[in-house]
Amino acid sequence: MSHHLVELTDLNYTYPDATQALDSVSFRITHGESVALVGANGAGKSTLLMHLNGALLAQHGAVRIGDIPATRATLPEIRRSVGMVFQDPDDQLFMPTVFEDVAFGPLNLGLPPEEVERRVNDALARVGAEGLRKRPSHHLSGGEKRNVAIATVLAMQPDVLVMDEPSSSLDPLARRRLIYLLNSFDHTKIIATHDLDLVLDVCRRTIVMHQGRIMADGPTGEIFQDEGLLRRSHLEKPLRLQACPVCGR
Amino acid sequence: MADIATTLFDLGRLDRLACADTPVHRLDPRAKLLTTLVFLLCVVSFDRYSVAGLLPFSLYPVAIIAVAGLPAGFLFKKMLMVAPLALLVGIANPWFDQVPLLDLGGITISGGWVSYASILLRFLLTVTATLTLIATTGFHGVCVALRRIGVPAAMTVQLLLAYRYLFVLVSEGARMVRARSLRSFRRQGEGFAPYASLVGHLLLRTIDRAQRIHHAMLARGFSGELHSPVLLRFRPTDTIFLLGWSMLFLLFRLVNLPQWLGRLVVAG
Repeated sequence: MSHHLVELTDLNYTYPDATQALDSVSFRITHGESVALVGANGAGKSTLLMHLNGALLAQHGAVRIGDIPATRATLPEIRRSVGMVFQDPDDQLFMPTVFEDVAFGPLNLGLPPEEVERRVNDALARVGAEGLRKRPSHHLSGGEKRNVAIATVLAMQPDVLVMDEPSSSLDPLARRRLIYLLNSFDHTKIIATHDLDLVLDVCRRTIVMHQGRIMADGPTGEIFQDEGLLRRSHLEKPLRLQACPVCGR
Repeated sequence: MADIATTLFDLGRLDRLACADTPVHRLDPRAKLLTTLVFLLCVVSFDRYSVAGLLPFSLYPVAIIAVAGLPAGFLFKKMLMVAPLALLVGIANPWFDQVPLLDLGGITISGGWVSYASILLRFLLTVTATLTLIATTGFHGVCVALRRIGVPAAMTVQLLLAYRYLFVLVSEGARMVRARSLRSFRRQGEGFAPYASLVGHLLLRTIDRAQRIHHAMLARGFSGELHSPVLLRFRPTDTIFLLGWSMLFLLFRLVNLPQWLGRLVVAG
């Protein structure tokens, strides 16, 4: 059986203030798929992501990662196999230097020093940040911070990568590099984002959420052609699929 | 707020100084930490009228600054920042304690002035010693050393995270203050009520962020202990550094060298 599988069955979540954030959400993502999770602000994307690495546990319904159901007892395993990249890298880079930040996860896994060293080097090389090793995490640029945040997760060698708004607050070049980087990963990827052009480049499958429910789940190309669906979900066609503003074609 | 931001930028410089590579920087953080602790204990244990006995202690910070190539002017400026505290602590001494203690060529000096001078000198010594410790070890190195000599993880983790997020907190606070000043005119909006609300919001944001950071830590297997990949090795040079300086400090503490030298000169 593959560990790279993510399955949600009839997942519901209601916040203490009675807002229902998730309403019977079900989907199954298989090995190596790259899936976008799109929807308006407050559609429930972040709440859903929090369920994927056990920051929230299912109130009703179930979450399975590979063969393991997400419960309090399986949290360490779930967190090892699902790597989560947070929206604000400042939340994720809490150690004094880049090296220590990337080594944090492997050290917590109890790996021997040589293996930690190897994993840190590999992860930093993967995101092209070898030169930042000794730098303090809080003095990096936005793009550098994002890459290091991704490296901290890669060093855990997760099966599934979950990302929350990976392209937010990046300059165009840093964003383009991120797209190349994401395409070079063969992990199962789940990306929550408003950047629909990035979705076109990275994800073959798209799940549209609105008010806690799944509105549509299918191939990215088809979903972005359905203007009615996009409008109902407070979305817009990606710029690249819109008519040229100069010639109108 | 902008002032605090630049001050913090200076803190970053203190951290960068710690990245240098000199014999002092290469010492084990524990050796430096313990030596500094012995230094501090010896300096604060003098009685309140001691001035001359404290003077030899200046050898330690001066030696470290010289060997580690630290910018003395920069450290002095850092020290001035905390100086008002020391100046205020002893300011009343000359009024309360007017018993004549010294007679310097016809000018009588009261006990208050002597104890005030002693306070200032102690301040100068302790703060420079601490600054040189951080500038040669880094805040992080100090925390690792504290943990290794047995300080509970709960405290060292707090210290490390507090230091890391100081920068984030201040830049967030600075942005809020800027946003407020852009919408306040002729002192309107700068009063106590908006200030209280601003601080409250900053607290709420901080709590939210703390929660997110905690999630990020849990996601990577955090279980209460920050493991450091920095391998510490206590070498013979570290032992020599620690014992050598500690013995010297004890000597300075037990024998009043300037007085002894003075007697030697007078007798000669």
